[in-house]
Amino acid sequence: MSTSSIPTLSRPLSGWGRYPVELCEQVRPERYQDLRPVAEQQIARGQGRSYGDAALGKRVILTERVNRLLAFDTATGILRAEAGVTLAEILAVIVPQGWFLPVTPGTQFVSLGGCVAADVHGKNHHHDGAFSQHVIAIELILADGSRVTCSATQNAALFWATVGGMGLTGVIGEVSLQLIPVSSPYVQVRHHAAANLAETFALFAAPALDDKYSVAWIDCLASGNDLGRSVLMCGHHAAQDDLPVALRQPAKLKKARAMPFDLPALALNPLSVKLFNAVYYRQQGHKTEPFFAHYSEYFYPLDSIAHWNRLYGKRGFVQYQCVIPDSGAFAAVTALLQALSQSRRPSFLAVLKRLGAQNQGLLSFAMAGYTLALDIPLRDDGVFALLRSLDEIVLQHGGRVYLAKDAVLTPQKFRIMYPRHAEWLALKQEIDPLQRFQSSLSSRLELTHG
Amino acid sequence: MAKTVLILGATSAIARATAAAFAAQGFDLYLAGRNADELGRIAADLAIRYQIKAASGVFRAEDLASHAQFFTQAIAEMGEMHGVVLALGHLGDQQAARDFSVGAEVILVNFTAAASILSHCASYLEARKQGFIIGISSVAGDRGRQSNYTYGAAKGALSLYLQGLRNRLFASGVRVITVKPGFVDTAMTYGMPGLFLVASPQYIGERIAQALGKSADVIYLPWFWRYIMLIIKSIPELVFKRLKL
Ligand SMILES: Cc1cc2nc3c(=O)[nH]c(=O)nc-3n(C[C@H](O)[C@H](O)[C@H](O)COP(=O)(O)OP(=O)(O)OC[C@H]3O[C@@H](n4cnc5c(N)ncnc54)[C@H](O)[C@@H]3O)c2cc1C
Repeated sequence: MSTSSIPTLSRPLSGWGRYPVELCEQVRPERYQDLRPVAEQQIARGQGRSYGDAALGKRVILTERVNRLLAFDTATGILRAEAGVTLAEILAVIVPQGWFLPVTPGTQFVSLGGCVAADVHGKNHHHDGAFSQHVIAIELILADGSRVTCSATQNAALFWATVGGMGLTGVIGEVSLQLIPVSSPYVQVRHHAAANLAETFALFAAPALDDKYSVAWIDCLASGNDLGRSVLMCGHHAAQDDLPVALRQPAKLKKARAMPFDLPALALNPLSVKLFNAVYYRQQGHKTEPFFAHYSEYFYPLDSIAHWNRLYGKRGFVQYQCVIPDSGAFAAVTALLQALSQSRRPSFLAVLKRLGAQNQGLLSFAMAGYTLALDIPLRDDGVFALLRSLDEIVLQHGGRVYLAKDAVLTPQKFRIMYPRHAEWLALKQEIDPLQRFQSSLSSRLELTHG
Repeated sequence: MAKTVLILGATSAIARATAAAFAAQGFDLYLAGRNADELGRIAADLAIRYQIKAASGVFRAEDLASHAQFFTQAIAEMGEMHGVVLALGHLGDQQAARDFSVGAEVILVNFTAAASILSHCASYLEARKQGFIIGISSVAGDRGRQSNYTYGAAKGALSLYLQGLRNRLFASGVRVITVKPGFVDTAMTYGMPGLFLVASPQYIGERIAQALGKSADVIYLPWFWRYIMLIIKSIPELVFKRLKL
C-alpha cells in the first residue's frame, strides 16, 4: 500500500489521562471514502477521551472530520451518522426535537465511533445495558478496505467482536443508533447520603430508591468507620409538564471554562481534597428533595471545565476502573478503598455504579456487578505498584478492568479477566491476518497474539 | 421562503464551514462539487443540523462548457438563487511552478473556471438587482513568491477579477466580497511544515458568512493577515527577490 500521497503529521499524542505520551504519525481524512486503512499498521482515534493508550499507535487515523449526520427520523428516533461525530453535536440536534441518547458516558466530548469501540456504559446500565445494545447497525471498514455492514443480526460475529473491540477489527465508518424519547432537556434528580460503604451498597440495592440513572460519588479520603461514605445520585428524564414554569423555556447553555495551565502537583494535595470532599459530601448529601438539573449538568459535570485533565499536572493521571461481580463486590470495593487509603495516594475522584447483565460483546467491559472508577495522579513511579495491587484484588474477586481507561494491565491478567479473548482473536485473525489494526494498547496487552 | 446560497467547491473544509454558517442563519443551500457522494453527505448533515433545505449537484470546474447548464439547473432545482460562494481551490504541488502541465490545471481551476462560472452567476444576479457573490481568494495572490507562484498568480488574478466584478455590479446593488484567508487547517495544509497562525475552518466560515452584514469589500482572515501582507507587499523587489519565501 502506498502512503506517499497521504499527508501525515507527526506529533506527540496521549489519551485523556496524559499518560503515556507517544509520538504518532497522524492522518486526518476529510472525506468518507478516505476513511480507510492507509498503512501497514494503524488505529482509529475519535476524541482521545479514552484515558490510556487505546487510541495511540505507530499511525493514527483521526476521525474528527468525518462527522456528518446522515439521517434522522424524528418519528422513530433512529439516527445514522459518521463515526467521528461527537455526542455533544448529536445532543445539540436531537434534544430540542425530543430525543436523547440511550446510553451516555460521563462526557459528551466523545465520538460515536469511540462509544461503539469501547462499548461504553452509562448510569443506566443496570436497566438498559451498554451502548452496543442500542446500535442498529454499523458500517465497518476492514483491513483490506472493504466495507461491511454488521449488527446483532447481520454478520453478528463481526459485530460482537467490534463493539468493545477497541478499534482493532477495523475502522467504524457509520453508526445507526436507536434514540430514546424525552419531553424535556432536564433530569429529575434526588440525592441520598450514605455514611459508609455498607450503607452505600444498601442504597443501591433498595428497590424503592432505584431510578433510571444512578451513580454514587464516593469520598475516597474518608477512612475508618466512614470508609466508603458517599452520595448516591439518582435521576430520570423529567417530563415537560413536571417542570416549573421557569424551566420550560429553551435552556441557555453555559460556555465551558477552560483550565488554562497545568496545576502544580501540590495543589491537589490530600488535605485540600479532604476539605473539598467533606464540604461536597455535606452539600450534596442534603439534597434529598427532588430537583431538576439540565442534562449537561447531570450527565457531564466535568465538561464545564475544558481541559480539566490539567488539574493533575504535567505527569498526568491514571483512571482505574474495574467491575466486580455482585457476590464479591462489597468485599472487593472495601479492599480497594483500603488499599488506596493505606498507600497514601488517595484518589481524588471516585464513583461507584451498578452494572446489569453482560452482553455478547467479546471484549465488552460491563458485567453484572459494581463498577468503581478512581482518578489516581501519577506523581511518581510508585503508583504502578499500587495499581498492580489493585489488579490483584480485582482478579481475586472475579472482576476485570476497563480497557478504555487502562494503562498498566499485563497480558496475563488481561487473559484471565477477558475469557472470551481467544474467540475474539480467532475472528481478528480471519479478518485482519496481517494485523493492520494495532494500537499501543494491543501491543502492551498482546491482544493480537494467541 | 428562505434564501438560497450556491456553494461552489462545497466539499472543502472552508466551504463546509461556510455553508454551515449560512445554514445557521437560515439560508437554504445548493452544494456543488465533483464528488457526488461527499456532497450528499454534507447536504444531509447540514439539513439535519440546521433544519434547512440542502440540495447538491455535480459541478465539474474544468469543464467550462458545462457551466451554463449547471447554473441553470441549480436555479431550476432551488427556484431562485440569492447568493454565491466561490470556494474552488486547487493547490497543486511545488512542481506546478516548474512544470506547466501541472500548473495549467492550477490556473484552470483557481482562475479560469472561477471566472467562467462567476460570469453566469453575475449576469443572473445583475438582472435580479440583488444578491451577493463571495469569492474565496488567498493571501498567496498578494505577492508572487518562489514557493507557490502559479497558485498565487491564479488567486491574484481571481482577486482582480472580483474587483472588476464588484465595480460592474455595484450599480445593480449586488455585493461582491473578496475573502483572503491565510493558513487554514484544511486538507490542503495538513502536515505542511513551517505553518504558523493556522486558523480553524469554523472560524473562517463564520467570518465569511458574517461579511454580508458588514461593509468591507475585501476581508483578510484572520484580520491580522491584512497587516502581514501589507508588510510583505511593501518590501522592495530589489530585496524581495533575494529572500527565500
Ligand atoms: C470524563 C470522562 C468520563 C467518562 N465516563 C465514562 C463512562 O461513564 N462510561 C464509559 O463507558 N466510559 C467513560 N469514559 C470513557 C470514554 O467514554 C471512552 O474512552 C470512549 O471510547 C472515548 O471515545 P473517543 O471518541 O474519545 O475515543 P478515543 O479515545 O479516541 O478512542 C477510544 C477507542 O476507540 C477506538 N475508536 C475510536 N473511533 C473509532 C472508529 N471510528 N473506528 C474504530 N475504532 C475507533 C480507538 O481505536 C480506541 O481504541 C469517560 C471518559 C472521560 C474522559
